[in-house]
Amino acid sequence: MLINLKNVSYTYNLNMPFETDALKSINLKIKRGEFVGIIGHTGCGKTTLLQMFNGLLEPTEGKVFIDGVDIHQNKAKLKEIRKIVGLTFQYPENQLFEETVFKEIAFGPKNTGIKDINQLERRVRKAMKMVEMDYSMYKDKSPFSLSGGEMRRVAIASILAIEPDVIILDEPTASLDPQNRKKLLKLIKDLHISFQKTIILVSHNMEVVAELSQRIIVMENGRIVMDDTPKAIFRDNVERLETIGLSLPQITYIMHKLKTMGRPVDSGVLTLEEAESEIINLINKRR
Amino acid sequence: MIIFDNVSYLYHNNKDNNLFSLKNINIDIHNGDFIAVIGANGSGKSTFAKHINGLLLPQEGDVIVNNMNTKDTDKIWEIRKKVGMVFQNPDNQLVATTIEDDIAFGLENVGIDESEMKERVEWALDLVGMLEMRNCEPHLLSGGQKQKVVIAGALAMHTSYLVLDEPTSMLDPKGRREILDTIKKLNRDEKITIIYITHFMSEAAEFNKIIVLKRGEIALTGTPQKIFLQSDEQLKQLNLELPPTTMLARMLSQKGIKIPPNILNKEEMVEKLCLLI
Repeated sequence: MLINLKNVSYTYNLNMPFETDALKSINLKIKRGEFVGIIGHTGCGKTTLLQMFNGLLEPTEGKVFIDGVDIHQNKAKLKEIRKIVGLTFQYPENQLFEETVFKEIAFGPKNTGIKDINQLERRVRKAMKMVEMDYSMYKDKSPFSLSGGEMRRVAIASILAIEPDVIILDEPTASLDPQNRKKLLKLIKDLHISFQKTIILVSHNMEVVAELSQRIIVMENGRIVMDDTPKAIFRDNVERLETIGLSLPQITYIMHKLKTMGRPVDSGVLTLEEAESEIINLINKRR
Repeated sequence: MIIFDNVSYLYHNNKDNNLFSLKNINIDIHNGDFIAVIGANGSGKSTFAKHINGLLLPQEGDVIVNNMNTKDTDKIWEIRKKVGMVFQNPDNQLVATTIEDDIAFGLENVGIDESEMKERVEWALDLVGMLEMRNCEPHLLSGGQKQKVVIAGALAMHTSYLVLDEPTSMLDPKGRREILDTIKKLNRDEKITIIYITHFMSEAAEFNKIIVLKRGEIALTGTPQKIFLQSDEQLKQLNLELPPTTMLARMLSQKGIKIPPNILNKEEMVEKLCLLI
């Protein structure tokens, strides 16, 4: 098991007047190669949970195992953990700080102990190739002269250069225009399929989560309340999702409504293509 | 009324070529308009928004708000009272320890006396449905509630225009819905003019009019029905995509199903499909 959370709870401001439970008895296992989407309303504990995965926060109760290792048993291991689990925050471009794209992307691997310049260059080249940015064209540019979409890809490349097995993405497409969003989603798919990374994706965009994830975890008030395939989550829990403050992907909503109005459609449809063929089949049957 | 009269603005970047952020913008925004502004990253949307209340001043041309020029330094504070701004991250716009203090803060700054202040705070919070939570601390609110408090802060100044720059990009689905419903109500009942910048095509579909910016120029304006009837090629040129519902309508209509290709909302789609299956 790559990630294994055993009975993890986290309380902010423990033993203080403003004590708040952010995570309550979380048990969660994530296997190598999975693509997991995490959804939930603002403040449900998603970001706190992400910070458990690479040891940024230590649980107030319970244990976190990464690749079988209890990561808080010996603090010195945390650096090793961050080579396995790469975390990109919301608006990662706000964290860019180096003078050039090369230095920015080399910063992570350098910090993990790679000193040899040839080896660093190989890492940077590889990471830039993964995010489809031309090495010679961009390496000497200032990250701050880039467009929003490019900055975000540099920020992701700087995590990829550490060569983690797990990539965590927190709302990666926020504020990107449709074309940049499509490009980034394609990149995330590639990371999963071609580069066999384990992906954990947090997003408020139900379309994105439904399309990409193999498994969706729904959080509410610090607990995991659902854990299933996208089809099952969006087909069987419509009212429940709405009370949590979530919604269905538009296409799934349409199919769900048709079904409640007595039409014999599959309400677990997630994509445009599935919906198109489902509707055309039904219309042809009626003719 | 807001008039953009041949407005140009360019940022100098570190190389020799100047990048136009806005180029010869001419547009009239009428009182009561309900407008979405869309376009690629870097197409000039935020620069456009910042011109409306004089956060940026045109390098060429003029922006006129209620007959006042944003370049007129005597009028700028009057203009800023008329034009409320709401940005992406509400945490950057909330300053006080309780919600009502936050609204009062803006009013105190412009010298409103206490009894009127109290009245306006209540009125504004009531309009956005946050009156009951007036004594709450802002950090205890959800993202959508925080944005509503920011909106109330603008309303309390008796603003006529609300300019919202991607106000829902950090919100969950429920928060997004709350903001859209709130501004719809403000537009309908209080006749507040709304100018709303977004990357979500499904949000843009809910407005009366859409302005599409491309490389600093107005590429297209019109109703959502008109904008989302553009060919696939034209949409790609403008860096737009169809909302999922409209995309499905287009796909079905191309397959010969008798359904309008520019259906904008999911309820209408369900209605039309029910007639066929």
